[in-house]
Amino acid sequence: MFKHMVFSSALSGIAAALLLSVLQMFWVTPLILQAERYEVAAEAFAHEHTADAHTHDAAPWQPEDGWQRTVSTISSNALMAIAFALMLTGAYALRKPSGILHGLAWGLAGYTVIFAAPSLGLPPDLPGTSTAAVLSRQGWWLATALATAFGLGLLLLQTRWSLRLLGALAIITPHLLGAPQPEIVTSLAPEALQTQFRWASTLTNGAFWTVLGMLSAITFNRTPNQP
Amino acid sequence: MFVLSPSQPVTLATPRPVAALSAILLGFTLLLVVGFAPLAEIHNATHDTRHATGFPCH
Repeated sequence: MFKHMVFSSALSGIAAALLLSVLQMFWVTPLILQAERYEVAAEAFAHEHTADAHTHDAAPWQPEDGWQRTVSTISSNALMAIAFALMLTGAYALRKPSGILHGLAWGLAGYTVIFAAPSLGLPPDLPGTSTAAVLSRQGWWLATALATAFGLGLLLLQTRWSLRLLGALAIITPHLLGAPQPEIVTSLAPEALQTQFRWASTLTNGAFWTVLGMLSAITFNRTPNQP
Repeated sequence: MFVLSPSQPVTLATPRPVAALSAILLGFTLLLVVGFAPLAEIHNATHDTRHATGFPCH
């Protein structure tokens, strides 16, 4: 059972990640690279205006721009998609999807949990945007995703009204508490680029989850299941 | 003297809920590595994925 789940998740994850990578290559990554040009320019400016005697610490490895960076991003996308597919497949093992439409519904739920709910408080941002401390944002992000998953589960899979109400409460609580925000909001990239980036990530992630949901249900139902 | 008889293969099928929970936990761990690991090298390799998916970055 478990082997079958890992195999079918790998299949659907890699396929959906390839689609996501192509969409990103043409639409999202160019915006990130453009924003980084503002970041690099600002850093160069800051260097000129600080004391000239300073040493650089050895920088940690990072993929070089070009094929190294593209391969890194495609691999990260694939691992991330397999991670999502494994979680969806875990749900399928408990509630077998009847077909592609059930898969689509699970995919949309995944999109809500992983993208829509966290980005209401912490919208996707370009490099060079001022933000609150990364740990506090990661904490809020994870708590929101978990609360939304829990809440959606109660809201959609339970019939008792008290449980459904608890689900709705779990979904809205992180937003009532509010996401950690920086004291001063600044962005090196122009506002228009930020807006474009938010649209691009909203739509590409939507396409990705739609495809991942349907594919993961198909691969779960169709790949041979030997114990 | 022991005689190993090959006649009865033991199949250890994982119970469904255990398999389901294992898959969810494995997926969640993988997600934490790709999206949240603070190690600079992992951050750099996954940088564009993190930004594009809306994971908190930097």
